[in-house]
Amino acid sequence: MLRLQGVSRRFGAVHAVQDVSLEIPAGQMLGVIGRSGAGKSTLLRMINRLAEPSDGRITFENTDITALKGQGLRDWRTGCAMIFQQFNLVQRLDVLTNVLIGRLNHRRGLLAHLGSLFAQFSAEERAAALATLDRFGLLSTALQRADTLSGGQQQRVAICRALMQNPRLILADEPIASLDPQNARLVMDTLRQVNRQDGITVLVNLHHLDVARAYCDRLVAMQAGRVVFDGTPAELTPARVEQIYGVSEAEFHGDMPEAAEAPLFPVPAAALA
Amino acid sequence: MGAGIAAGADTGPISSQEAAFRAQRAERRRASLVAFSILAVCLLAAAWVSEFYPSSLIAGAPRIGEYFQRIAPHLELRHLLAGTETEGSLAFWFYRLDSWFLLILETANMAALGTLGGALLALPLSFPAARNLRAPNLVRIACRRGLEAMRTVPEIVFALIFVWAFGVGALAGILAIAVHTAGALGKQFADAMENTEMRPWEGVFAAGGSWPQACRYAILPAALPDLLSTALLRFEINIRSASVIGFVGAGGIGQELYQVISFNNYEEVSAIIVLLIITVSCVDLISERLRRRVIEAVA
Repeated sequence: MLRLQGVSRRFGAVHAVQDVSLEIPAGQMLGVIGRSGAGKSTLLRMINRLAEPSDGRITFENTDITALKGQGLRDWRTGCAMIFQQFNLVQRLDVLTNVLIGRLNHRRGLLAHLGSLFAQFSAEERAAALATLDRFGLLSTALQRADTLSGGQQQRVAICRALMQNPRLILADEPIASLDPQNARLVMDTLRQVNRQDGITVLVNLHHLDVARAYCDRLVAMQAGRVVFDGTPAELTPARVEQIYGVSEAEFHGDMPEAAEAPLFPVPAAALA
Repeated sequence: MGAGIAAGADTGPISSQEAAFRAQRAERRRASLVAFSILAVCLLAAAWVSEFYPSSLIAGAPRIGEYFQRIAPHLELRHLLAGTETEGSLAFWFYRLDSWFLLILETANMAALGTLGGALLALPLSFPAARNLRAPNLVRIACRRGLEAMRTVPEIVFALIFVWAFGVGALAGILAIAVHTAGALGKQFADAMENTEMRPWEGVFAAGGSWPQACRYAILPAALPDLLSTALLRFEINIRSASVIGFVGAGGIGQELYQVISFNNYEEVSAIIVLLIITVSCVDLISERLRRRVIEAVA
C-alpha cells in the first residue's frame, strides 16, 4: 500500500501539485490523467524522490518515503522503478548493459560497488537480463547499441531495466507520448502484462483518455495540481470529463502539444491558403 | 516594380518599423565603436607598459635574420652525401644523429607517459568539477580550483620543482607534464561532460544507482569520444612542451638543445631544430589519423 497524505510541491509561487492524498493498494494499475501542466509528472517524480515534496508525507508499508536518504533512498528507488517518456536509456551503451543498470543497487559492499564501476556483472545477472529481454522479444537486440532501436523497442528495454530492479512498483511517466499508436499499444500491453503476471503495482501518467480507460483499474484525474476525479474507468464518462475540464473529450485531446499527436508532415499554412 | 511596391506599402506601421530598425542598427554600431576604442586604448597601454616600441622592433628585427644566418648549416652540393668526416655534407651537419635520435625518442616517450598520467589524474577530478553533475559544493569548488592551479603553473616550473626533488632526468619531465596536463584536460573533460545529455543520468538514479555509478554509466559513455579526442590533441601539444622542459634538466632533447645554444654550436642548433620540426609534424600526422580512428571506433 502506497499512501500519499497532503502532498504538495511549489515552484516559487506556482503550485505544481497541491494537497494530493491517495491510497494505492498493491497490485493496482492506476492511471493518472490530465492535460500537460496538470502536475501528473511532478506527482510521480515525488514518489521516487526525483522531485522533493514541499509538503505532505508519502509512505509505503509504514516506511516514510519522504524521510529517506543515502542507501535507504537508493533502495526505495530500486523498489519503485521509473519509466520515462524519453526512455532515458544510455544511447551509446548496448541494450544488455542498459538492462543491467537495473542491477546496480543490488551489489552490496564497497568491493561490489567498485566492481560495478568496471562493468563487472556476474554471469547470473547477465542470464537474468537476457531472459528478461527474451520475455519481451528483444533478445536479438541485446548487443546492439540502444540508439539503433526504435522508440517502442527502447521503451520496452526500459521496462526490462525496470524489471531487473525487482520492483514492487513501477512509475511510468507518459510512457507512450513519444510513440506511434502501434508501439504505444505494445508498450501499454507490456505494462499491463507485468502488472498482471508479476503483481507489480503500476502508476502510469497518460494524457489519452481512451488508453487510460482501456488499461487501468482505476483513474485519477488532475487539474492545476489537484485531484479532481478518483474512480473506475467506467465512471469517467465523456459527460463527466466535460463536467471536470469544461471541454468535450475531443477538445481535451485536441490541444495536447505532445509529439505523438503532431502530424508527421505538417502542411504549411501557406500551401493551404 | 520593387520601388513601386515599397512606395505603395509606405504606410504608418511599416515605416515606423524601418525607423526602429535604423535606430537599432545605429545603436549597435555605436556600441561596437566604443568597444573597439576601449580595446585600442588597452592595446596601446599594454604596448607602452611592456616597452613594445616600434623603434626597438625595427632595430632588433635584422638580428633575428643574423642568428638564422649563423645557425644555417654549411652545406656543399658536391659533398652532400659524403661521410661524417667531410665538411659540407648532411652527415657532417647531423654528426650526432644517433644520440639525438635517442633523445627525441625519450622526448616523445615523456610526452606520451605525461599525457596518459595526466588524463588518468584528470578523469576522476573532472566528474565533480562538472557543474551539471551536482557534486557537493565544497568538493566541486576544491576540484575546480585544484585543476586551475595545476594548469596555471607552466610545465617548466613544475619541472624545476621535480628536478629539485627527483634529480635530473626524464622522470621529472614526465611528472611535470602529467600535472600540467591533468589541470588542462580536467577542465576540458568537465566541459565535455557538461555538454552530455542528462536523461540517462536521471535514469540511472531512478534505478537506484549511486553518484559514481551514474557518472560511470550515464556520463562516461556519452563523453568518451570527446575525452579521447582532447587527450590525443593534448599529446601533440605535450610533444612540444616535452622538447623544451629539458632546458631545466627534466630529460629529453631540450637539455641538449639548451647546451648547444649556450655553447654557440650554431650548426647543431639548426640540426636539432630541424629534427624537432620533423618529429612534431610526424606526431601531428599520426595523431590526427589515430584520433579519427578512435572517434570512429567509439562513436
